[in-house]
Amino acid sequence: MLEIKMLHQRAAFFQAIRRFFQGQGFLEVDTPVRQPLVIPEQNIVPIPSAGHFLQSSPELYMKRLLAGGCEKIFQICHCFRSGERGRLHLEEFVMLEWYRLDCGYTKLMGDCECLFEFLESRVTPWHFPVSLCTPWQRITVEDAFHKYCSMTPAQALDQGIFDLLLVEKVEANLGDKTPTFLYDYPLELASLARSKVENPGIAERFELYVAGVELANGFSELTDPVAQRARFMEEYAGMENFPEGEKKMPELFLKDLGKIESAAGIAMGLDRLFMLISGQGSVDDAVTFAPDDLDV
Amino acid sequence: MLSASDLRKGLKIQIDGQPYIITHFEFSKPGKGQSLYRCKMRNMITGNQFSQTYRSNEKFEKPALEERKMQYLYNQGDEYHFMDTENYEQTFITREQLGENVSFLQDNMELDVLFFDEKPIDVTLPIFVNLVVTVAEPWAKGDTSGNDTKPVTVETGYVLQVPPFVVEGDKIQIDTRTGAYVTRVKE
Repeated sequence: MLEIKMLHQRAAFFQAIRRFFQGQGFLEVDTPVRQPLVIPEQNIVPIPSAGHFLQSSPELYMKRLLAGGCEKIFQICHCFRSGERGRLHLEEFVMLEWYRLDCGYTKLMGDCECLFEFLESRVTPWHFPVSLCTPWQRITVEDAFHKYCSMTPAQALDQGIFDLLLVEKVEANLGDKTPTFLYDYPLELASLARSKVENPGIAERFELYVAGVELANGFSELTDPVAQRARFMEEYAGMENFPEGEKKMPELFLKDLGKIESAAGIAMGLDRLFMLISGQGSVDDAVTFAPDDLDV
Repeated sequence: MLSASDLRKGLKIQIDGQPYIITHFEFSKPGKGQSLYRCKMRNMITGNQFSQTYRSNEKFEKPALEERKMQYLYNQGDEYHFMDTENYEQTFITREQLGENVSFLQDNMELDVLFFDEKPIDVTLPIFVNLVVTVAEPWAKGDTSGNDTKPVTVETGYVLQVPPFVVEGDKIQIDTRTGAYVTRVKE
């Protein structure tokens, strides 16, 4: 169980995040945690809940809110992912997501810089491992692979070792002096992101790294329902042994998606961010009750 | 068969017919990417270490390990001889294989020996052992120098920190898992 001092710090942390977004004119929303159908993603296994699923992200409903006319929304909520457990992973964790209409991923990167600067003055003690001096470092996936691996992202994908190389060769080098944005991912690694106009094989997606720890995933949203449907089918195709008859499409979501012209959204792991701010070595030491501290 | 999600520090797996124990384990999963299980492991027979990263769909065999109750007899140089308490068969384990356990071996001590393919590869000592202190600086009653602990040597040659009132000839209990002093033992 977190000690009292840290409970206060964690509360101040959440308070400050809310203050930041309220100050920026964002609307705080809450959406269903338990959903009948979840977005198909090859590498995310949702946790079932009596015929439904616990959300692995509130994205589905956040985007429907955008379609409903909300221009700037944010949410802090619990998300769930099966089989993800380690120093930086909990099956149940706290996520912050925010979305903007009529914006691209670059705007979100600016949001991150402003958010952290805002937090620094309001969450104490501040043990963040790197300086927040702007502008933060930015490097494309192509350049990062060129610099740290002996092959291109495309070659790595072909050989099925993109994730391996990312984890073993690239990540540890990111975010060592300031937080770093790793951006412009191959399109096949961003099923919900819009591709670059000038380079359709690349998605406008970025990940934020601090001291080798992945903190956030943001992108310019894909808003074409036809393309999105096709991408969902590809995701299902990549899921081994997924019964053909269960490959359902989120129709209400796809219908609403068509109402959005352009938008950008980002998901940030708050347990990890708090872990870094409070100087802890693992997420277990940053959450109120760690899994080992629960009655079984 | 074990799967990748079973991997953890301390787990024993068989690779290419050899038993390995995982010494370091880290779960990694880049956003939207595959789960990766990064292991550093040690060959329980040769002591060789290597690192490997596994994916979710990989499977592992459990090594055919057998634990037998044995009694420590004596050592001849770097060979430490043990006898099976059931069939009286004798075998030996090297000093290198014993590692730190050498510090706590007492004559006739009973312990568990791990066998792989009929070859001894590891020992599990009882959690506590009682050893006699053979070298210790005398304790002056009323010593208020403020030192919390002092080093002493026990009968196996092992040196550890103990409270200042422990003297030569005392029998002390040591936790073999940590190598730390627990308490004095009355005869």
